[in-house]
Amino acid sequence: MVKVTQRLGGLVLRFAAFCAALGAVIAMVTSRERSSFFVLSLVAKYSDLAAFKYFVIANAIVSVYSFLVLFLPKESLLWKFVVVLDLMVTMLLTSSLSAAVAVAQVGKRGNANAGWLPICGQVPRFCDQITGALIAGLVALILYVFLLIFSIHSVVDPFLLRKS
Amino acid sequence: MQMAVSKLLLAATSRKSCKVLLGLRVLAFSATLSAAIVMGLNKETKTFVVGNVGNTPVKATFTAKFQHTPAFVFFVVANAMVSFHNMLMIAMQLSGGKREFAGFHLLSVAILDMLNVTLISAAANAAAFISEVGKNGNKHARWDKICDRFVTYCDHGAGALITAFAGVVLMLIISAISISRLAQPYKCTSTVATPSVVP
Repeated sequence: MVKVTQRLGGLVLRFAAFCAALGAVIAMVTSRERSSFFVLSLVAKYSDLAAFKYFVIANAIVSVYSFLVLFLPKESLLWKFVVVLDLMVTMLLTSSLSAAVAVAQVGKRGNANAGWLPICGQVPRFCDQITGALIAGLVALILYVFLLIFSIHSVVDPFLLRKS
Repeated sequence: MQMAVSKLLLAATSRKSCKVLLGLRVLAFSATLSAAIVMGLNKETKTFVVGNVGNTPVKATFTAKFQHTPAFVFFVVANAMVSFHNMLMIAMQLSGGKREFAGFHLLSVAILDMLNVTLISAAANAAAFISEVGKNGNKHARWDKICDRFVTYCDHGAGALITAFAGVVLMLIISAISISRLAQPYKCTSTVATPSVVP
């Protein structure tokens, strides 16, 4: 009975992480705004900034990975490999989120010492959508940290309960 | 004194993988510490001519410090924390004997290693992307590049970044070894009682 609830909990967590990562990708890809500044109009898209492109690619990889692991059968020996892959995916998520937040913070507040002006005043809807995508990425990261601890608990037996 | 230190080292590395783990931790400690120090001391002051009043040029002094960018502050703090963690783990491996399997020792080492891996990868990546914007500028957002004017600042920052990324790779390997130690626990100290360090 405990095994069934354990497996069900793992599946629910992974599906939620898949949804969060997919939501982050979609929210960032569909963010696009045109603003007119006197006679010139500029279009703000996510691909203007390298950090946002990295964020989209990393979260896409994570959502595909979670979707594939959802279908891994319970008795397969690949679960030990899944623990290592979960650690690498968590690293990927945190690095992409951190880079995107660092660049978005410059876009929102600017950097007075470097002479970089904030851009959120001219494209507010773009900024809001980027914020939403970053929050979804943060939710995916927190879920993956829980999943990592969960898979270590169920696969590696850290409390040394099973005598071999 | 030298005899005591060498006996301590021999006791702490009774297996080959324990030697490898200790060596990797020393490397990771030095890499992250040097990254933190190099970025923490990163500062450049330059005087530019900003305009002309009549015939005399008007000069202004500009400083580039690492505190101006929040991502670099995060980088310095995170590297300091990870190097402190590695120093703590080295001390624990060299000193602990009977307490190796007590309670949650192995589990807490594995979890702390995982947390530090994510911390340092986040810090290194944030600093890398901000430096990319500083190096190439961004013409869509109208942000000018600063590396053509503050060359030494950018060079020192690049060096700190490279060492931090080496630290990321090392921490990942260390974390993988710690997790595999959970699967098959083994002691890293010999069963002989460790001698005291006092000469």
